[in-house]
Amino acid sequence: MKNRRAFIQQSAAAASAVAFPLVGGAQPRTVKVGILHPVTGALAYSGQQCREGALMAIEDINKTGIKSLGGARIETLLGDAQSAPQAGAAEIEKMNEAGCSAVVGAYASAICLATTQAAAKYNLPHVVDVGVADQIVERGLKNTFRFGPGYRTCAQVAVSNLHVLNTLAGKPAKTVMIIHEESLFGTGTAALLARELPGFGFEVKEVIKHANPTRDFNNIVLRMKAVNPDIVIPANYYNEYALLVRTMQQQKVAPKAIYSVLGGAASSYKFLKEFPDAANGIIDCNHWFNPKDKRAAELRKRVEAKGLFFTYEIFNTYTAVRLLADAIERAKSTDRAAITDALASSTFGDHFMPYGATKFQNGQNLGAQPLMTQVIKGDIRVIVPRDYREADPVFPMRA
Amino acid sequence: MYDSGILFSSVLNGVTTGAVYALIALGLTLIYGVLHIINFAHGAALMVALYAVYLLKTHFGIDPYLALPLVVPGMFGLGYALQRGIINRAGHGKDENILLVTLGLSIVLENLALLLFKSDTRTIETPYTLTTVAIGPAMIALPKLVAFAGALAASALLLLVLTRTDLGRAIRAVAKEKHGAKLMGIDVDHVYAMCFGIGLACLGAAACFLLPVYYVNPQVGAGFVPVAFTIVVLGGMGSFGGALVGGLLIGLVESLGGLFLGESLGQIGIFAVFIAVLLFRPQGLFGAKA
Repeated sequence: MKNRRAFIQQSAAAASAVAFPLVGGAQPRTVKVGILHPVTGALAYSGQQCREGALMAIEDINKTGIKSLGGARIETLLGDAQSAPQAGAAEIEKMNEAGCSAVVGAYASAICLATTQAAAKYNLPHVVDVGVADQIVERGLKNTFRFGPGYRTCAQVAVSNLHVLNTLAGKPAKTVMIIHEESLFGTGTAALLARELPGFGFEVKEVIKHANPTRDFNNIVLRMKAVNPDIVIPANYYNEYALLVRTMQQQKVAPKAIYSVLGGAASSYKFLKEFPDAANGIIDCNHWFNPKDKRAAELRKRVEAKGLFFTYEIFNTYTAVRLLADAIERAKSTDRAAITDALASSTFGDHFMPYGATKFQNGQNLGAQPLMTQVIKGDIRVIVPRDYREADPVFPMRA
Repeated sequence: MYDSGILFSSVLNGVTTGAVYALIALGLTLIYGVLHIINFAHGAALMVALYAVYLLKTHFGIDPYLALPLVVPGMFGLGYALQRGIINRAGHGKDENILLVTLGLSIVLENLALLLFKSDTRTIETPYTLTTVAIGPAMIALPKLVAFAGALAASALLLLVLTRTDLGRAIRAVAKEKHGAKLMGIDVDHVYAMCFGIGLACLGAAACFLLPVYYVNPQVGAGFVPVAFTIVVLGGMGSFGGALVGGLLIGLVESLGGLFLGESLGQIGIFAVFIAVLLFRPQGLFGAKA
């Protein structure tokens, strides 16, 4: 009996080793994961930061491998969306052909719209790392999961917190000017802000759209001078943001607050280092990590040791990849449908973002929220909400 | 509407920005006017010059304006070598080949920059970056004023070279009649390379004036090339005075358009002027009739 059982076990093992040469033997199998970002073109900086975050996460995961798959390592397939949606979609086709089990990407909203849709055709699970446009998770795509907050949540949080700050300070601010970039992210955010603000007693004096790249911000700042708003809300990418704030300084335009939504000086160690004076006092409502979690500080050290800035692209994509690895672990399979199911039922909580345990509804992580940060005394500090607060807000900047 | 102070500021801003556009377009129009090639690598060459200024500042502490005597000859040398060593050889005298060679060059240069510097956007901080000068009711950034004066001086110098020196006469001769010039003993290949060199030297100067108020990344050239081409066609292909006036005009239109129509819609102004010129004066403002 014993011999017969042993024989069956051995021959089953041998048969599976023949059928799946990579499964048996000493070589643990791998899980192919596509890492797709715009690493060239206009969004190259952000895309490369995202890729760096993803690679660091994979490095960490591969130290032990996926335990439920016998220590299987993640095999990375890097893709370049070239800052264009159609190029991103083309990369998804390649990743599908190459047999990827899942994809993480693709930073920009417009690119994510295209890549999630392309991946849906093949039931390829797609974790969205940044992509704040809410349309991404509102089209009923079963394969799409966004770990971070969308722009509606961000705009609502930003406006209601602005209202609280203003009320506590005795309502010194009444008028607002919004300056946004022209793609889906900036336009969508600005539209949401313009709709929400009047409900809290703010008058939106003007909404200005600009191109990427904009070579000169003097005109916008001159308009700002004419309108003289109490609060300036920018929603744009780094280059234009830096030019805008610098031009405001040159033209001596100093509103009561610069309040950036999804990107700004108070969530960018890069900006802080390069323009410490201009950054002072700026408030952001953006993706941010739990400042009280030691793992965030450790990752920041590792990132800075590589000579990089610890930007939201890095930690968002880092945690997005960890979320996927957790799902693969629970799926115990490289099968796309199994991973999709595992993502949908994820309770992933072993991370340093201020989201709590993960709970997806229609592909959106319900606990995801932005934090409010401010540049205070040369450092970025969380000011709202209270659970994560590191410093009291300074508002208004100038009476 | 806007008060006169803001309007004046906008005009001033347009003209100062336009002067730098003009300098960039001047290089382009010189290369076109003489070599009859459309230099697609112009934006990439501007990027190279901006990185040169950036590296000189960050590694050797050389102020961008003091870097002029280094960057301008450096870019000239690069242009001369590129034309003689690559463009001329690979082009085999065919315009369509040369077009592709310059396009290829731009791809190579941009990707080299991506490899060497990553896609990170870099800026420099100078003591005068945030200094502003009050002219009447308007505030203007000091580096923009310097850029304006510098661009005008560089253009004047270039015009002087073209009209008053043997090199200038040779360049004009080659531009008008290549074979005739060759028969008169002019070394045409040398003149071609000189032109390309001078064209890139203009970019070197533009980069020194630009970086204190702007930034550099591997894609930075892409923001300037469409404007420079527009100016070249607007002013008349190959016309130097045209490039200068065209540059100032485009800067002004862009600025006022941005102020009155908004930054996105304001760009319409540039192309409205452009289309009007093409309709009513197809040879450009200063171009000779074909």
